[in-house]
Formats: sequence, C-alpha cells, structure tokens
Amino acid sequence: MHIPDGYLGPATCGVFYAVMVPIWAVASKIVKKTLQAKQVPLLAIGAAFSFVIMMFNVPIPGGTTGHAVGGVLVAILVGPWAACIAITVALIVQALLFGDGGITAIGANCFNMGVVLPFVGYYVYRAISHNSSIVSNRRVIAAGIAGYIGINIAALLAGIEFGLQPIVHHTASGQALYCPYGFNIAVPAMAGEHVLVFGWVEAIVTALVVKYLAKQSPELLREVA
Amino acid sequence: MKIINKLWIGLGILIVLSPLGLIIPEHCKAGSAWGEWGVDEMKELVGYIPLGLEKLASLWNAPIPDYAFKGWEEKGLVHVSFAYVISAIVGITLTVAVVLLLGKLLSRKDV
Repeated sequence: MHIPDGYLGPATCGVFYAVMVPIWAVASKIVKKTLQAKQVPLLAIGAAFSFVIMMFNVPIPGGTTGHAVGGVLVAILVGPWAACIAITVALIVQALLFGDGGITAIGANCFNMGVVLPFVGYYVYRAISHNSSIVSNRRVIAAGIAGYIGINIAALLAGIEFGLQPIVHHTASGQALYCPYGFNIAVPAMAGEHVLVFGWVEAIVTALVVKYLAKQSPELLREVA
Repeated sequence: MKIINKLWIGLGILIVLSPLGLIIPEHCKAGSAWGEWGVDEMKELVGYIPLGLEKLASLWNAPIPDYAFKGWEEKGLVHVSFAYVISAIVGITLTVAVVLLLGKLLSRKDV
C-alpha cells in the first residue's frame, strides 16, 4: 500500500499534503493534551512495531505481495491521534531511507495508513468492545475485526487514488501519465487482495497482541481518548 | 519483567525474523506489491512507461533502496537477508528516536 513516486499526479499529491498538514497539527495538539509521559515508550514501540510488521511481506503465490500495517493495534493502545503520529514517522523513514513509498506520495500514504486505518480501526474496536471487560474475549475479537476493517478501508482508498489517475492525467492520445490503471482494475485489485489475504494478516496480528496484553498487562488496554 | 521490556524483546525477535518477509514471497514466486512496480515492470505490464511516472520515479535516490545494499543483489539469500535485518535495525532505531523526541516534546508531565 506504499504508493511510490510517479503513480499519483501532482494534483493528487498536493491535495493529500494539504489534507495532512492540518491533521498533523491537530494530532500534535491533541497528543500534547492527552499523552502521558509514561506512555511515550509504548508509542515508540508502536511505531517500531508498525515499521517492522510492514517488512513482513506476505505472498499471494504467483501473484503480488502485501503486508499488515499494525496501525489499528497502535491506535487501540495509545489512541488514534498518537497512532497517526507514530505511523507517520515510520512511513516517512521508510520513504526517505528505503524508497518504500514515494516522497511525493507521503501525504497520500500517511492519509491512507496513518489516518484512515487507525481511526476506522479504533472506532470499530470501541464500538464492538463497548462496555466489555478488558480481559474478555470480546475485545480480542473486536481487535481482529477492527484490524480487518481498518486495513481494508485504507486499501480501498488507495485503490481509488490509483484509479483516479488515468482519468485526471493523460496525454492527448489517451496514454496515462501516471498510474495507468483506472477504477475498474485498481479498486478490485487493491480491495480484493486485502479482503482475501492481507486483511486477515492485520486481523490476526491485532487480535493476538491484544490477547497477549490482556493476559500480561491489561492496564495497557484501558480506553484511551 | 516489566511488560515494556517484554515488548522490546518481542520487537527484537520480529527484526531477526523479518527476512521471512523476503524469503517466503520469493519462494512462492510472488512479485511486487500491486501498484509498486518499477519502470521496467511497468513497461512489461502495460506496454509503455507513462511519461509522468518515468519522470517522477527517479525523483528520490534512497540510500538503502528496498531494504537492500547496492551491489549485493546477486550475493544470495543470506546476504540479502542480512541487509534486510540491518535495514530494519537502522530504520527502527531512527523511527524510535524520532518518536521518543516527539513524545518528549508533546507529552504532559503533570500526570
């Protein structure tokens, strides 16, 4: 889901940078009010976890690869705004140091994986776990479903961003200037592979870690704003 | 042991295991992620390289492109895996340092 340089046209890249700047500003402001100093190491571990889990490429044999993002788990532990900051840092390091995700697409990638994914996942988790006990199995299932839905909505959005390109940017003769695949291919490809494979990886990873924490350290699963 | 230390250890284990994310896809003959093809692959897929894509694709020269060391591509799986682990350590160290710094600046100390 790391959109590289050259796949999104300047207009799309610009829009997502323009959307992300105020989101980063609000996230900083909210985190400043809510994040406790003792939560900072957990936030750093969350960012590191997201970074490394994205390196575990999972294959569709003979086809493409993909990976979990771990962002829903981070949101469950530190809240979606702090998760946004943690995932943003991981994504920017991946783009700058490793060329994983484009420089021009940092805005779009941070919006998909650093905003939509943790926020959708966080609120799904909250809605399903509702008033259940911290150590209940309902929370483990809620975490799994939240991971699955969070990454799938993010992948769908990435598919829409890809698919928009040939419509917005093409030469007079109709050749695409950036991503050459329209909605009819990009959306089913991105959404389909996550619904079928990578969404389950995110679901399992999120649920397993929540189960482990419920046993080892349930205080980490207290509701965060 | 404090939970936070257990989590750091877990992270270390994931870093050591990270080459599985390289080896297993290769074993299954899986290609690039969808929408993350290089220009050569793109030409094979659609028959041409979109002009804008060609221009922007080389915009940024990452120091450790694709978590691999330049010139090590042909050295075999052990070398490539080693480079992958070193990449993970470098990337995660930097990520953790930046988040700790941001956390120090942003968190509240009164609680």
